[in-house]
Amino acid sequence: MSIVEVIDLYKEYPLGDHTVEVLHGVDVTIEQGEYVSIMGPSGSGKSTFLNILGCLDQPTQGKYYLGGTDVSTLDDNDLSDIRRERIGFIFQSFNLLPELTVVENIQVPLFYQGTPEEEASERAADLAGIVGLGHRTDHRSNELSGGERQRVAIARAMVNDPLVILADEPTGNLDSKSGQEILRLLDDLKEQKKTIIMVTHDEEIGRRTERTIRFKDGKVLTGPRMPAKSL
Amino acid sequence: MFFHAKRIIFLGFLNIWRHRLRSTLTILGIVFGVCSVIAMLAIGEGASFEALEQIKQLGSHNIILKSVKPPSSESVNTETNRMLEYGLTYKDAERIKNTVPGVEVIVPSRTIRANVTYRKKRVDVNVIGVVPWYLQVSNQKIKKGRFISILETDDHKNVCVLSSNSARRLFTTESPLGKDIKVKSDYYTVIGVMEGSGVATQEAKTGDTDLNLFIPLTAAKSRFGDILVNRSSGSFSMEKVELHQIIVKVQEITAVMASAEVIRGVLKRFHKDIDFEIIVPQRLLEQAERFKRNSNIVLGSIAAISLLVGGIGIMNIMLATVTERTREIGIRRALGAKKRDIIVQFLSETVLLSGSGGLLGLILGITIPFLVTYFADMITIVKIWSVGGAFGISLLIGIVFGIYPAYRAAQMDPIAALRHE
Repeated sequence: MSIVEVIDLYKEYPLGDHTVEVLHGVDVTIEQGEYVSIMGPSGSGKSTFLNILGCLDQPTQGKYYLGGTDVSTLDDNDLSDIRRERIGFIFQSFNLLPELTVVENIQVPLFYQGTPEEEASERAADLAGIVGLGHRTDHRSNELSGGERQRVAIARAMVNDPLVILADEPTGNLDSKSGQEILRLLDDLKEQKKTIIMVTHDEEIGRRTERTIRFKDGKVLTGPRMPAKSL
Repeated sequence: MFFHAKRIIFLGFLNIWRHRLRSTLTILGIVFGVCSVIAMLAIGEGASFEALEQIKQLGSHNIILKSVKPPSSESVNTETNRMLEYGLTYKDAERIKNTVPGVEVIVPSRTIRANVTYRKKRVDVNVIGVVPWYLQVSNQKIKKGRFISILETDDHKNVCVLSSNSARRLFTTESPLGKDIKVKSDYYTVIGVMEGSGVATQEAKTGDTDLNLFIPLTAAKSRFGDILVNRSSGSFSMEKVELHQIIVKVQEITAVMASAEVIRGVLKRFHKDIDFEIIVPQRLLEQAERFKRNSNIVLGSIAAISLLVGGIGIMNIMLATVTERTREIGIRRALGAKKRDIIVQFLSETVLLSGSGGLLGLILGITIPFLVTYFADMITIVKIWSVGGAFGISLLIGIVFGIYPAYRAAQMDPIAALRHE
């Protein structure tokens, strides 16, 4: 079964008295365990597409099935549920809560799931260990380096055991050494058969993934299953 | 859904603590509002308690008739006769007894100012000639010994009962019972001492009031006569007053007002001048209570305004906080927080803020009356309902003024919030 199935997706925004069409007719299918990159120039619609995949935004037209559920018609409340239980986010600017510690940051999604606190902090501490921050669990996130912060974010994206992990330029704000560490962590996730969709500008990073979906002017350029390496 | 109340409250405290100065300034309005409600009510309650207690001492079943010097006849009579005759008479007491229905008991009394000596101690007191059933209309009780008996009244016996303050002045260590004290030129045997009046008023503590000495009314009449002579520098006047006071106790409390009117009618028929006044403690009580109610309303309005201002201050800060934390709201929404979760978070933070203001105000509001009592020697009464009410209102203010900022936070678009710098 496909984890992500997007059929003939349209998205337009009102801008003043006319509308801007950002996506017109996008079809994408992503299978369980795939590691996919999304590339394209600025304004090509890839960020909007990622927002829709992440259930932060909704398409104007078309269908989006996530794990077999049609999420294109859900209301705000149900979309929150989907985000909380099926999606893990990794952002370019980390988006941690600065006043919380590493463990507390990792367990935020569990907090909204209502997981008992002991269980949640245990699980968060485990994940902190997996991403290599076992020794800094009680540090506040604003005391960490960029690379460390992104590792916390990865642990947070995994904590709810999501169907799909969405990464928006995860190495964009990092030096190349930290960036490599983050990419290695994503490789590890891929080994664990996690489905990862990553937006990137960097061709080299794109080549690390199994497949690249290229956006231009709101449309997908390459065939949906063409491996990036063959380009 | 399992509700992490503890965690949300902890987060709220964390945020309040991180902005200590701002939080403190924000809640000052609530602190002063709550504090002033509790403190002002406590002081007001204390003052009116004193007043009400004094009125209650007069007895709510009682109608008190007092002799007063008629103002119109004063100049005429004193110059011609040099003898002023006015006031209530034994006949009046008799008439009331016979004509007014529902009267339980009638207590006539005379009051003569005289000085009393025991050994070397000399005290100016009110010598009050009373009947044996005086205690039925008064709230006072006998502390030691007994009150005047019917037999002693019939025999015009020279016995007396001291009020607690007079006893304290005349007898420091020894028991007054059985001792003979000198009133003017006669000796009276002390047979009892009264309890002090229940209220510890300022005057009662210093002991200047309540300096009384009770003797049989018959004895008062035969030893002192009906004519009082006032000698003061250059002038000389005589007054003839039979009774200074008549207390009428009515059986039914509902009949007090009507009986008072009947008594007024009876007395008017036999008195040319208005040489008496009628005091109805029940009416005084009602007036005092109405006054207290009104002052509470005024007090409550002032407090309501200060709490309102405090609430607006809190709302203002919360709106700023929401804008400041746009990014945090975006992150939480992306991680699966529903609008409801965001509302709960900000609302509980506002309630925590106003609640801690309320708590602080409560502590201050209880401390201030205590200090007032300690330093200014005034009675203050902190009412539990005022404490609970003021605190409850502070929480309510948090809810009312927290709803809009929380709603604004929840309505934010997650994507825009995430991009917010």
